[in-house]
Amino acid sequence: MKSYLPPRFVIDRDAGRCIACQVCVRQCSFDAHAYDGEEDAIRSYEENCVGCHRCAVFCPTGALNIRLNPLSYRPNVNWQPEFIEDVIRQSEGGGVLLTGMGNDKPYRVYWDHLLLNASQVTNPSIDPLREPMELRTFLGRKPDRVELDPASLSLKTQLAPQVAIELPVLFSAMSYGAISLNVQESLARAATEAGTLFNVGEGGLHQKLYKYANNAIVQVASGRFGVHPEYLDVARFIEIKIGQGAKPGIGGHLPAGKVSEDVAETRMIPAGTDALSPAPQHDIYSIEDLAQLIYALKEATNYTKPISVKIAAVHNSAAIASGMVRAGADIIALDGLRGATGAAPKMIRDNVGIPIELAIASVDTRLREEGIRNQASIIAGGSFRNSADVVKAIALGADAVYIGTAALIALGCTVCQQCPTGKCAWGIATTDPMLSRRVNPDIGSRRLVNLLRGWSLEIKEMLGGMGINALESLRGNRLHLRGLDLTDGELDVLGVRLAGR
Amino acid sequence: MTTNTATRTGPAVCIDVNGTHHRELNGQIQEAVAKGAQRINLHSVHGQRYIATNLRSEAEIHIHGTPGNDLGAFLHGSKLIVHGNAQDGCGNTMNEGEIVVHGHAGDITGLSARGGRIFIREDVGYRAAIHMKEYEGKRPALVVGGTAQDFLGEYMAGGIVVVLGLTQNGQNGHQASFVGTGMHGGVIYLRGQINGYQLGKEVGVSKLTRKDRAILRDLVTRFAAHFGFDAEEILASRFVKLVPLYLRPYGRLYTY
Repeated sequence: MKSYLPPRFVIDRDAGRCIACQVCVRQCSFDAHAYDGEEDAIRSYEENCVGCHRCAVFCPTGALNIRLNPLSYRPNVNWQPEFIEDVIRQSEGGGVLLTGMGNDKPYRVYWDHLLLNASQVTNPSIDPLREPMELRTFLGRKPDRVELDPASLSLKTQLAPQVAIELPVLFSAMSYGAISLNVQESLARAATEAGTLFNVGEGGLHQKLYKYANNAIVQVASGRFGVHPEYLDVARFIEIKIGQGAKPGIGGHLPAGKVSEDVAETRMIPAGTDALSPAPQHDIYSIEDLAQLIYALKEATNYTKPISVKIAAVHNSAAIASGMVRAGADIIALDGLRGATGAAPKMIRDNVGIPIELAIASVDTRLREEGIRNQASIIAGGSFRNSADVVKAIALGADAVYIGTAALIALGCTVCQQCPTGKCAWGIATTDPMLSRRVNPDIGSRRLVNLLRGWSLEIKEMLGGMGINALESLRGNRLHLRGLDLTDGELDVLGVRLAGR
Repeated sequence: MTTNTATRTGPAVCIDVNGTHHRELNGQIQEAVAKGAQRINLHSVHGQRYIATNLRSEAEIHIHGTPGNDLGAFLHGSKLIVHGNAQDGCGNTMNEGEIVVHGHAGDITGLSARGGRIFIREDVGYRAAIHMKEYEGKRPALVVGGTAQDFLGEYMAGGIVVVLGLTQNGQNGHQASFVGTGMHGGVIYLRGQINGYQLGKEVGVSKLTRKDRAILRDLVTRFAAHFGFDAEEILASRFVKLVPLYLRPYGRLYTY
């Protein structure tokens, strides 16, 4: 069937610069470049180009430029080119439209309408270059009150297990299978070096990464892949995955093509079959059932580690979160509308859930109102693009944030959304052994540590500017936020005053 | 906790459970095992959940009374014998070991089990063996003496389920619907009548091969030995074999 889809991108090759070295041919995993031996020239097949820029970055003579195809349809506010092309794709493929990464629709990004405070005159700002700034964060259930032994002044209250992280940023759940092992190793090493945690997702923990297990969060999800006693024992904490921001309410299908021998071994399933994660966990149909799994995991690990429960941010998140805390969750992970994925149905990714900013605010408010906010830490995910987003999230009420896309960008990702094809030219969202080699964990972990260091320094700078020397003092401190260009309703949900007030 | 008769393999320990909280009970079991107990008898069990979920040993635990949900969840090598009925989640995400129930078991029996064997003398509830899987040498087995309810073996990715229909007493066969929906691995052997409309779309019915017969004989013989049945009599009946039609049941679901 001839495809009616026009090429999305145009490949400009500067003939004067191109030396026909074929680097682009070798780098492109989507077959957008090919060498013509008869003519000794490189040809481009623009219909295959996904705009990932791998060729342009690696072209030694800078001969390549990739730009959006300017081919225009007759302007139509209703039938945007994307909708036209989705219909074409489906009329040719006949299935559920699949996509990768996070929601790219123009829903309001509230981070861009929230402004931070700074000290002027009445309260001096603090110079982080001169004075210590505390970013260390403890995740886990906090007691309602603490009792000291009057004689020794030591703590009498028995604390629930706590996990310390050196900065309020963790790597979010990305499974081996969705991403390559080299990427997971890069994340594991960077987390270990930076004093934070990485999350193995629901694909099991590869033997090679057991040495980083003290910095690993392991997931128990509906597929229960790779979940066995040792996996639970070695992890720093365990996360029950109920939902994900990119695809609330549905399960996941890792296609057989990505289930290599090694992936199968880690997930403890046979190679070559689809790894199917059902939509719900079939032992959790209620809050009571959730409590049952939380306590099953606490029993299985002798109450030595916190249990996190991750949900997608949806309309009733605040009430659900209250139930989760009462069910025994020590950590609540909220994943917002713009959270990314290795593969999700496009309609779900683009239309289901609520933005993380509103979810943090409403969950934090609700738990405070009920007097149970201390009983669980909140980790927010769903697109944190820079350290200012992180600081704003903490001021809204989060304890820490999960980053996924930002971490992958540090490793080369250009958010081209081709993850479900398994052909990632940057060697990230693939299990192809040749492509996976493109991420070297020595370099990858270095890039990630650099990113975390940069964000740490910036967070300290912003805190100091507000006259705060410990992140703890900013948590849920919404007086340090003001809203701009927001309706009264939005300000009300966010619990933030209008700028100028 | 009292230590009484010694067995050949090690001392036996009796625990009068009564109102003990599950956390404390599992602590007591763990302590007994650490001290070398090979057989533990739990008396007056009244709904305590998660029994033996934290054990990493091959101890044998006899449960008198009714254990609560998630009996032997994540079980790793122990043998649990229930002299009575089990509730929901028996053998949930089990890895190794054996669970023998001299009675019924509730919903999600053997959910996501990866290894070990579960024998239930009578019926199981809904959603038994959902997403059971297998891996290398590990091949879990669930043998149900009676019948099962809806969604038996849904999303099954491996392992063996045997349903013997012994509690049917001349009734018109199994009543479960959606059996094996989304199944993409493993096998279900069923004794007694089941109709095509009761099966998931991803499941096919086939005859047993000689290899199937051998697997079935092994499991039925073990079942019969546990509960005092005549294995030959059970094996003489007609069985059907339910297998997935596709390795990738949802392979054509998507457009990239």
